[in-house]
This record gives sequence, C-alpha cells and structure tokens, in this order.
Amino acid sequence: MSAAPLALSGRLWLGLMLVFLYAPILVMAAMSLNASPFYQLPFEASTRWYAKLWTNREILAAAWRSVWIALAVAAIATLIGSMAAIALWRHAVPGRRLLQALLFPPIAVPWLITGTAMLVFFFGIGLDRGSPAVILGHVALALPYVIVVVTARLQGFDPTLEEAARSLGARPLTVTLRITLPFLAPGIVAAALFAFAVSFDQFVVSYFLARPGDTTLPVLIYTAIRKGFTPEINAISTIVILVSMVLMLLVARLARFGGER
Amino acid sequence: MSGVSVSGLVKAWGPVRALDGLTLDFPEGSFFGLLGPSGSGKTTLLRAIAGFVTPDAGTVRIGGQSVDGVPVERREIGMVFQSYALFPHMTVAGNLSFGLEVRRVPARERARRIDEALALVRLEGFGGRRPAELSGGQRQRVAMARAIVTRPRVLLLDEPLSALDRGLRTEMQIELRRIQREVGITAIFVTHDQEEALTLSDRIGILREGRLVREGPPRAVWDDPGDAFTARFLGAANLFTGTPEPGGLRLASGALLAGPPGRTTGCLAVRPEAMALSPVEPGAPNALPGRIAALVFAGATVTALVEAAGQQARVTGAPSAFEGLAEGQPVWLAWPPGRAAWVAPDRPGVATGK
Repeated sequence: MSAAPLALSGRLWLGLMLVFLYAPILVMAAMSLNASPFYQLPFEASTRWYAKLWTNREILAAAWRSVWIALAVAAIATLIGSMAAIALWRHAVPGRRLLQALLFPPIAVPWLITGTAMLVFFFGIGLDRGSPAVILGHVALALPYVIVVVTARLQGFDPTLEEAARSLGARPLTVTLRITLPFLAPGIVAAALFAFAVSFDQFVVSYFLARPGDTTLPVLIYTAIRKGFTPEINAISTIVILVSMVLMLLVARLARFGGER
Repeated sequence: MSGVSVSGLVKAWGPVRALDGLTLDFPEGSFFGLLGPSGSGKTTLLRAIAGFVTPDAGTVRIGGQSVDGVPVERREIGMVFQSYALFPHMTVAGNLSFGLEVRRVPARERARRIDEALALVRLEGFGGRRPAELSGGQRQRVAMARAIVTRPRVLLLDEPLSALDRGLRTEMQIELRRIQREVGITAIFVTHDQEEALTLSDRIGILREGRLVREGPPRAVWDDPGDAFTARFLGAANLFTGTPEPGGLRLASGALLAGPPGRTTGCLAVRPEAMALSPVEPGAPNALPGRIAALVFAGATVTALVEAAGQQARVTGAPSAFEGLAEGQPVWLAWPPGRAAWVAPDRPGVATGK
C-alpha cells in the first residue's frame, strides 16, 4: 500500500486522537516528576516520589510479584499456545473451526464476568485465592492472544519447507526444531511478550483471585487510590506504562502480524 | 543409484482415484518424464515414491527393495519442489549442509561435498548468500544441488521448471539434463509441459485418470502414440475416424485414407506438421478437399485450421508453405501415408479393426 499524503483535516483528526490517548498519561508522568504532592503549579522538577517509591516495601513487593507472575504466565501460555497453534495449523483436528471460534470469547467476555466465574470455579475445585490461582487465570486470558499471534506467523510458513527437510533425511522432531521453530521464533517471542503484558497489566481477574495483602501491582495501586492518593502512585504507574509500551513496541516489531515471509 | 518400480498402486481421495492400479518401471540411470493433464495422478505418483503419500494398495520399490512403510526421511531420495522450498533462514551452504548434518557427515567432508555440489550446478562462491538474494534460475540450481548433495538413490522433481520464464526454462532444461547425466542418478520428473518432457527425458510415461496409457522413449511415443488420448495430448494430432479397410481408413464421406501397414484400428492420427496444403488436387493417395477456416501466424510457424471431411484439421508449417493462401479459400489437404499412425479410439463404440 503506497502512502498518499494525509489531508490537513486528517492530520488534525490524527493529532486529536493522539492527544486524547496520550494526554492523561503525559500529565501523570509529568506529575510524578513534580515536587508538589497536590499537583500544584508552577512545576518544580523532582525525583522525590521515585526515591520514596524505593522505600515503600508494599509497592516493591507487589511489583516484584507482578513481574514473576507475568514471567510464569508468559512461559506457560507461550508453550501451550504455540503448541496449540501448530497443532491446529498442521492437523485436520475435528471441529477445528469451532475450536478457533471458542478462542475468542475470553477476549470478548467482560473481565469482571470472567473473574467472577474463575473465582466460583476455583472455589468449587478447592483452589484457594493466591498466586497459583492468579497464574492460572492469567494463562487462560493470555492463551487466545498467543494462539492468534503464532497462527498469524504460521500463515506465512510454506509447508513444503517441512517436506523438503524430510526428503533430506530429517526426522519430524528435527524438522520442527530446525525448520519450523526458527521460522516461527519472532512470532513466538512476540506472543510471549504479549502474554507477559496481558498478565502484567491485568487488574480485574487479579483482584478476584489474589489474596488480600498479597496482591499484584495493579490491584495494589487501585487499593492505594481508594485509601488516599499519594504521588508515588504516579511514579509507579509511569514505570508500568513505560514497561508496557516497550513491550508492545517489541511485539509490533517482531510479529508484523502475518506480513513478510 | 537404483531403479524405481511401482506395481498396482492405488490411491483414492474420497471417490476420486488419483492412482488406479498403476504399474511402471523407471530404469536405473534414466531421466523419466511423467506427463499428463492435471488430475491424471502424476504428482500423486511422485509423492507416493517419495513417501509423502501412502498408497491404499500396491508396492513401491527403490533399488529392488520395497519401501512400503519406510518414512520419507529414510528412503534416501532427493527432491526438487516446484517452489524450490529453500530454507529462507539459512544460507545456500546451510541449505546444502542440512541433509549432510542430519546424516552426521563430519564437518570437513560436509564442506568438501557442498563445494563439489555447488561446482556441479555452477554456483561456486554462492555459499554465503541467502535464498532471498538469488534469482529464480539460481534458486533452481541451489534446489538441485541440495537434492543431490546427500547422494540419494533417486531424484524426484515436481514441475521443477514451471516457476521460471520461458528463456530461462530452456537453459535450465539443458542444465538439468547435464547434471543428471554427470551424476548418473535415476531421475523422475513430473511436468504438464509436453515439450519439456520430450526434451529432457530418456523415457516418458503418459498418465490418465491414475493409469499409465503409454510409456517409452519420447520419439517412439511421439511417432506411435498408441491411442487417441496420447495422440491428442502430445502434439495436438488430427484424428480421423471411420471404418478400417485393407487399404486404409474409409471415412463417412466415402474417401479412403491410406495408413501405415500393420495394426489397424478405427482412428488415424496425423500430426499438424505432417500435413500440407495445396490449392489444386495433388496426385497423392491421401488428399481431402476442404476450406481454410483460419490462418494463425506464430512467428516461425503458421497454423491453418482447415474444414475437411466434416471436422477441423490443424496444419502447421513454415510461413513459406502458406504463401498465396487466404482464409475462406478451398484447398486440398494431403500427407504421406507413412506419417500417419493408427491409434486406438478413446470411446467404446467406435469401430475397431480386425
């Protein structure tokens, strides 16, 4: 697609969209660097809230918990999701269309409902609230994203490459490891980053499934705001946003969503 | 190096029989062209020999031994795909090395054999390139080199040249032939291009609806196609049907066409280039009056469509042979009896000679 120059009205519209999307975030980031705790102007640059953040053990503990939960979710969801994507692509699994359709409700159903349902279900099977429940819940949420991203990458894969490798004497496992996986690698890495982001940014399901006092970062931020706002929240939120945006930029670079062979 | 033979191969995809009891020998060291219209089973046959297709019945033998139940990777074949299927994330040398690595060939031996194979396809010094950096013809050469570097027992080629443009295709035909001769390997290739099959092959096999209809050296099949289907498929022959008599074929119009001696059936096939046109009645035994329906100029040749004996006949020749003739003009169609061939009619119900 060749890019024609955008008309002035289009540019204005685009500018408006970007302001709408990013202005609140920029204000928050700016305030995290403002010395005044009450958003007072004039702006006085300071890193005191970041410094204070380092001494807040509650926030640090929640942040650390969020990171390792997200890492665990990324590992589990990427492994299961990639295998599922390859299986659905390679084999004529009975009911493949139905299975693929069933992947999307977790994206479409409101998280509030998903979260409630998981809470009820985990309670029913005797799994207590806590990090294992959070991880399971997050994996369920992240799986569809992984499958979609890996499947998109597979669309560009020529199956005759696998046949060529077998004709050259490679056993099926060698073919997967040396031909299929290297081709899929960018998609799989993108999927892992996606899964990490889904987990790291997740609030509703975590809120339902985490043990109080032992929560993830987004839940802690929410509770902290309810108790009374502190500018440290601006600081940690800014960090979270930066991490998420870097992840999404990496995803966009790696996945290219099915383009490029 | 080994010959290949298949016997009684059957493969059905649902109600369609892609292979319908096919038996065929591919002699050791030959370059064998499998030819047929799409859906004739030629690709299924090639894939059954490779092991990608498991036949419902029948046996594939490589070097005299049955390979039934032997997976693709242990059949010791080399295969060249229509799309080349070069590994995009590897260099040319990496592509060639792959088959040697999975066979655990030591590194020094690998390097030597890769150089040897690249030299054979005249791509010395291209080892470090990526497939994306190569032209179509170069990719084709890499695909050939990769298929033979493992020293397979048989080389299978699936429409190997169809992705190339015309000029390059002719050049690569000669190259393929040279490489196959130098290596001395049994090669089986599938094509729907009859000219390609005739150019490359020692032997050709014509397939139709999963069965072998004719097999032999290209010249023999060309001169004596055997049945109407093969005659029409190879070289668009003109077919005349009628009643065989001792002297030849009696057409419904009453004219008698002389055919070659020997087996007589209800069909006489005459190639377009064997026929000649003349504005006056020639004194030859085979002459039919007709009218030129169209003259088609194709550079080196001209083709005339002539309505004669209630059908349309194609006559092809050098442009000079058609000088002074015009569309709509009455002409005489003639050919030497020796240039016609008796072929079996393709529908039951057409008279067959005794």
